[in-house]
Amino acid sequence: MILIKNANIINGSTKDTQKADILIVDDKIEKIAPDIEIENPGLKIIDATGKYVFPSFTDIHCHLREPGFEYKEDIKSGSLSAAAGGFTTICCMPNTNPPIDNRAIVAYVKYRAKEVSPIEVLPVGAITKGLNGEELSEIGFMKQEGIVAISDDGKCVMNANLMRNALLYAKDFSIPVISHCEDTNLSEGGQINLGLVSTVLGLRGIPREAESVIVARDILLAKETKAHLHITHVSTKESIELIRMAKEWGVNVTCDTCPHYISLTEEEVMGFNTNAKVNPPLRTEEDVEALIEAIKDGVIDCIATDHAPHHKDEKNVEFNLAPSGTVGFETAFAVLYTFLVKKKGLDVSKLVELLNINPRRILNLKPNMIEENQKANLVIVDPNREWEVKEEDIVSKSKNSIFLGKKLFSFVETVIYEGKILKKDGEMEC
Amino acid sequence: MKHLLGLRDLSKEEILKILNLAKDMKLILKSETKKTPHLQGYSVVTLFYENSTRTRTSFELAAKFMSANTTSISVATSSVQKGESLLDTVRTLEALKTDVLIVRHSVSGAAHFIAKNCSFSVINAGDGMNEHPTQALLDMFTIRERLGKLEKLKIAIIGDILHSRVARSNIWGLKKFENEVTVYGPRTLLPPFIDKFVNVASSLEEAVCNKDVVIDLRIQLERQKRGLISSKYEYYEFFGLNEDISKFISKDTLIMHPGPVNRGVEISSEIMNLPNCTIEEQVTNGIAVRMAVLYLCTRKEVN
Ligand SMILES: [Zn+2]
Repeated sequence: MILIKNANIINGSTKDTQKADILIVDDKIEKIAPDIEIENPGLKIIDATGKYVFPSFTDIHCHLREPGFEYKEDIKSGSLSAAAGGFTTICCMPNTNPPIDNRAIVAYVKYRAKEVSPIEVLPVGAITKGLNGEELSEIGFMKQEGIVAISDDGKCVMNANLMRNALLYAKDFSIPVISHCEDTNLSEGGQINLGLVSTVLGLRGIPREAESVIVARDILLAKETKAHLHITHVSTKESIELIRMAKEWGVNVTCDTCPHYISLTEEEVMGFNTNAKVNPPLRTEEDVEALIEAIKDGVIDCIATDHAPHHKDEKNVEFNLAPSGTVGFETAFAVLYTFLVKKKGLDVSKLVELLNINPRRILNLKPNMIEENQKANLVIVDPNREWEVKEEDIVSKSKNSIFLGKKLFSFVETVIYEGKILKKDGEMEC
Repeated sequence: MKHLLGLRDLSKEEILKILNLAKDMKLILKSETKKTPHLQGYSVVTLFYENSTRTRTSFELAAKFMSANTTSISVATSSVQKGESLLDTVRTLEALKTDVLIVRHSVSGAAHFIAKNCSFSVINAGDGMNEHPTQALLDMFTIRERLGKLEKLKIAIIGDILHSRVARSNIWGLKKFENEVTVYGPRTLLPPFIDKFVNVASSLEEAVCNKDVVIDLRIQLERQKRGLISSKYEYYEFFGLNEDISKFISKDTLIMHPGPVNRGVEISSEIMNLPNCTIEEQVTNGIAVRMAVLYLCTRKEVN
């Protein structure tokens, strides 16, 4: 039994902020009312004065690295990192070894998660067998086993005909196709955004068209097939313009971007910082502005972390050899709060849409709600806490955060999933 | 000066310090014995992941003229695939009591990466497409020696700017002395936003006309396979310092080239034989400049 006192409840932009106490009994919210008084020896009281209480978050795109790369992360460590960041539902991408391209691996991931994860792990199946971009994988069988979407993330399905078939086929199973948009002929050998910084440092650049060319292609394919296309980790202004246009056309397209694309630019790479090497690469101020604008007007539906752990030794190499990716669960909320709410005046309730309502809608899941008789899935956030991202505080096995050394505002203090406390006052309890 | 990684992070004063010292070093080069004790007891290692007989020989001679113990390690880039990481190599060099490492690597930033992970001095002998600081320093030394000054000159750099570490180091270095730098080359070989740092000429004539210095760059013929140029014949016709263009180049204009030259691709033999062409002098000056750099990198700074 948990009693949260003086909660500032925010369920999303359509609902008002509510000041009340929340009583949690077992896995459910039993009562929301002002000044709940209760006598119970097992009662845990959490004082939430001056803090926000949000429904817990859902991440549509992350990498847990199990099976195959457990030295970077495994289902357990990744889940704990997610929990630390306030995420209680996460979708893990299939680029494991072996990849999640058949029902047995889906079953394995689901089974492992049930054993070791304190949160909900939903696998994403591969579009093509072995992520090879040649033959469709057994999407139907995988759906039966529990996948919520398909994606060859990390790779782009370069064959347009195959992508078209994937969209058509996925429609039969009512799941979205999550597209990693990257024309590999354009991006080949590229290390960072093709632009000012690549010119200064002499690093081979990835032109922005590597992304937007495929965004345009996939939009046209989705228009024709009427399938649900979800474009992940959008990073450029042109991609946004194309998606905006597609939505006006009525194409069944949704998209996400990641915390680092709305907060950082290619400048982060100066000094050959391999932690700032991500794919797609960090772009420019103009792109950051365009993405923030697209969040405001709803063209961007949700935020994905693209949590991509890599071992320290793998990042401490020459720039070209370093793998792309940053860990992201634990900084996601604070980055969004710092760069959208604090800097750009976005309504804080919009974050609930980006991190709960919309990603769940895209995945055909019911949103978490802080209401009586709903599952107790919620987070308590201190908006006034300023903290510095430090390697030693990261819960994930890997410490390759693009935000290391950065100061962020707001902190996910307490996380409750199905009535269980996973994190309390900043300390992990699971 | 602990390391020499590039000219972008070097101040004008530091550059002048190197060039002034190189002048003294050149006197030693001209003497009969060509030996000084400046680096006696120091261990200088050259580690080249890319072949370059010129640069390596130049560095080795510079170190030997100053009485250093020198060793050279050739590493086929394939050893990276065999599992020996650059970091492991750095640790080995550390254990071998290296004082100065001269490194050439195909990856931009490799010299910076080593400097971040070691206690010895690192001299960048070319990292990917990033910088080749000693080449630019010897170019600047040659310009100053020939023209008597290094400031407020009109300088053109011709060729593959995109992939050229020589061009980058020269741009960063020359810009610190208020020189007007212009670049020209095929559009496919010009990096984006280069016009933020230098002028971009719209023709080869415009690029070479009324210049104090023309630096011509080596063209890698494998660019043809990557679809960046069509053929060496076409390159010579439109972008090479050929007979047609030579009439636009004043006889007072210094013509420079980092070598080795592709004759008849980026420059004609006739132009190479002109008295204002400094290719050979550049090689000699390279040793002097590298002696200066080695000297400065091995001095413990008092402050
Ligand atoms: Zn991706």
